[in-house]
Amino acid sequence: MEWEVVIGLEIHAQLATRSKIFSGASTAYGAPPNTQACAVDLGLPGVLPVLNGEVVRMAAKFGLATHSTVARRSVFARKNYFYPDLPKGYQISQYELPIVHDGYLDIDLDDGSSKRIGITRAHLEEDAGKSLHEDFHGQTGIDLNRAGTPLLEIVSEPDIRSAREAVAYMKKIHALVRYLEICDGNMQEGSFRCDANVSLRPRGQEAFGTRTEIKNINSFRFVERAINYEIERQMDVLEGGGQVVQETRLYDADRDETRSMRTKEEANDYRYFPDPDLLPVELDQAFLDEVAASLPELPDARRARFVEQYGLSHHDAGVLTASREVAAYFEATVEAAGGEGKLSANWVTGELSGVLNKEGMDIGDSPVTPQMLGGLLLRIADGTISGKIAKQVFEAMWKGEGEADSIIEQRGLKQITDSGAIEKIVREVLEANPKQVEQYKGGQEKLLGFFVGQVMKATQGKANPGEVNRIIKRLLAD
Amino acid sequence: MHQKKLAELAAALRAGDFTSEELTRAFLERIERYDGQLNSVITLTAEQALQQARAADARIAAGEGGPLTGIPFLHKDIFCTLGVRTSCGSRMLDNFEAPYDATVSARLREAGAVMLGKTNMDEFAMGSSNETSFYGPVRNPWDLERVPGGSSGGSAAAVAARLAPLATGTDTGGSIRQPAALCGITGIKPTYGRVSRYGMIAFASSLDQGGPLASSAEDAAWLLQAMSGFDERDSTSMERPVDPYPEMLDMDLSGLRIGLPREYFGEGLDAGVAAAVEAAVEAFRGLGAEVRDISLPNAALAVPAYYVVAPAECSSNLSRMDGVRFGYRCENPRDLEDLYVRSRGEGFGAEVKRRILIGTYALSAGYYDAYYLKAQQVRRLIRDDFTRAFGEVDLIMGPTSPTTAFRLGEKADDPVTMYLSDIYTIAVNLAGLPGMSIPAGMVDGLPVGLQIIGNYFDEARMLAAAHRYQQVTDWHRRRPPGFE
Repeated sequence: MEWEVVIGLEIHAQLATRSKIFSGASTAYGAPPNTQACAVDLGLPGVLPVLNGEVVRMAAKFGLATHSTVARRSVFARKNYFYPDLPKGYQISQYELPIVHDGYLDIDLDDGSSKRIGITRAHLEEDAGKSLHEDFHGQTGIDLNRAGTPLLEIVSEPDIRSAREAVAYMKKIHALVRYLEICDGNMQEGSFRCDANVSLRPRGQEAFGTRTEIKNINSFRFVERAINYEIERQMDVLEGGGQVVQETRLYDADRDETRSMRTKEEANDYRYFPDPDLLPVELDQAFLDEVAASLPELPDARRARFVEQYGLSHHDAGVLTASREVAAYFEATVEAAGGEGKLSANWVTGELSGVLNKEGMDIGDSPVTPQMLGGLLLRIADGTISGKIAKQVFEAMWKGEGEADSIIEQRGLKQITDSGAIEKIVREVLEANPKQVEQYKGGQEKLLGFFVGQVMKATQGKANPGEVNRIIKRLLAD
Repeated sequence: MHQKKLAELAAALRAGDFTSEELTRAFLERIERYDGQLNSVITLTAEQALQQARAADARIAAGEGGPLTGIPFLHKDIFCTLGVRTSCGSRMLDNFEAPYDATVSARLREAGAVMLGKTNMDEFAMGSSNETSFYGPVRNPWDLERVPGGSSGGSAAAVAARLAPLATGTDTGGSIRQPAALCGITGIKPTYGRVSRYGMIAFASSLDQGGPLASSAEDAAWLLQAMSGFDERDSTSMERPVDPYPEMLDMDLSGLRIGLPREYFGEGLDAGVAAAVEAAVEAFRGLGAEVRDISLPNAALAVPAYYVVAPAECSSNLSRMDGVRFGYRCENPRDLEDLYVRSRGEGFGAEVKRRILIGTYALSAGYYDAYYLKAQQVRRLIRDDFTRAFGEVDLIMGPTSPTTAFRLGEKADDPVTMYLSDIYTIAVNLAGLPGMSIPAGMVDGLPVGLQIIGNYFDEARMLAAAHRYQQVTDWHRRRPPGFE
């Protein structure tokens, strides 16, 4: 039987506010346990939540950026269940009336085509605290610093058909929330994580198969591996004549497998109802207009502009706009390089991203600033140095030896373009290698490379390669 | 000293006739002497009260402070108070000391009012007789074998016996008005959103509202003014200026139109209570008011709707009492489930458990539409009834409670009968309207309450009408024998 994979993602993006969604406590990461939990976060008797207006603005930004409807009226609801790190015994979330619904996002597929993924809804909610099981001698510690941290839960339509598509979608959302500056996207700290709903159905069948939900996956790599594992597992079950059980599963990265957490029968009845402590969120057109006006240039628009303005390929423009930081770095480089778009693109996607990857660094931490890189590219463009020498200069800049011009000056890397000087060296090389000259003239023209190499060696790479080629050919033709 | 009205006490403090410390000692002594019979106070804060009194005396001497500076009051034990236990009448919070002041507590503290202690109440404000308190029942000063009403029973009994000139209460379905009626005092449930709920331990969030209990409308007006006002920490509080209630007590009431809902005078109403209420209405007619019959056609739906909405909200509100971070925790829990089951099983009393169970059921998948959603629809119908009525009248009047105070234990085993004692008060909470109860007669030595219901944020008119009535009657000056 041929199976079709059906995937929907629920992404939790932590909104980058300074204070919590319903209290004034700080959301900063990494503080000692329970030092960032006020009376409201602790769920003490008598306390009441007050909505942080900033989260509404952020959710609206997301809605407008994903062609969604931003609801004029949305309602907070209580999701009731008992857990030690859930202080009030309920989570304040949105249920029937979310703030954002019915949007979409286009993703690039491996074959170069693009695909539209529907966004069912995005709703605001508070995060829970954290249970700590180590260091308490068989007991459990509770850290409520995270309790009340604002989250935007982004729910996709079941439009995704493979783990690769899931990753592409998740990356696109990740880039978008960072563009919008509504989430720092830090996956290690849990600021961006997802749950994946996976099911299989015989190709051609319309009804969905039974799905499982893989909880709390916090890296792109794990999303791909967890989904692929789950697809294989379900396929084995179905082809063995069995039935998939609707359940929640956990991905164990160490063993690269998913494990059952709880089945549908064990699932909670959350008894959702509108939170009587909070008023419905009512938004008017003026507010939405103001938010729309505040939106930055979004990835897709910026990508199109890069193709148009700098003559880049669709692919390169996609790589350069995948994150707001890379795009900003690229444009600053172009500016410093006197408008050399293609050259800048080659260097940012090539040399720079290579060394960043190797060092495991973010572009924001690069010791070579866009101004420094642009300064280097200027010297390639005006013929002062060759591309090959430029790599040496780049390495030196990376090590902190200064700007391109001073490195070129100090190391004497300036290209030799004086044809008289080059011709003198070429003659010396030809005289020193009479046998090869003989062979070349006998028809072995590929020896041209050998002569060029010898000249470059003699000039430590500084001779203008085009000029060298031209002069060797001319002299050997005599 | 203890019989004086608030304005006289404030004037005497300013004139130097006596100090707040002396006044405070006088009331502390009355509590000492009489509260053994009433059990109206859970926690007495004598030391702190005397400190606050001395601070108030200093303010008064410096020519500072306001009308409540130096005036003692009792605080319902549902309002969180920094540094003083807030039990909510429950074993669950017997050891709970809030690290913060409720907004109402803070406002009264700033006003210079002197807190004598925290009053007894039905557990988590769930009850109409003050018999569900972990700290034992409160007794009615008019007859110690009878209940004071609830859930603000401690506050009502204490004010009736003049153990304090003023007390705070909260009203979710009648919890200020019904005990005020049964104890023969004045109690106000303000418009929903008038008094901040921050720090007032929630029973049913969409219905709860704090308010004053006092010996007269005039005294209550002062306390209401101090308690009221917008609070940015309560999203449901209204950003709207507070009327100067005491100054408006003498407002022009000529042409006042009073509506009598015929549904409030039918079956189930005690004949003696009916006669007293009718006599009170006659008195208003004599004062020049125009009285007409009105109809609130959905009145009978109020109690059933309330007993879905209030338990539903309470089932969620009380989930935080889980034995994890504060409050009662069972001994040696085996595991997490055991911790929850025994802490809540041992910490909560029977009535609270009953309501949590009802509310959990009403919110469950498959029942939500039939119960909670339906109850919300009923709520709209009830509100619409009142809106229509206020199109033709200025105030609505009727009985506060169908009977006078009943005997302890009389209804304790029959929740439905108990719930029906709030049959005239509940609709006001469902609609979010202001309502009050004033003493308006006696039947067999027990007080009868007249309920006055106003339009939204029309507390001033309600108070002015009550004040006018109290100028021509003396029911509010009657004191229970034995508490002189």
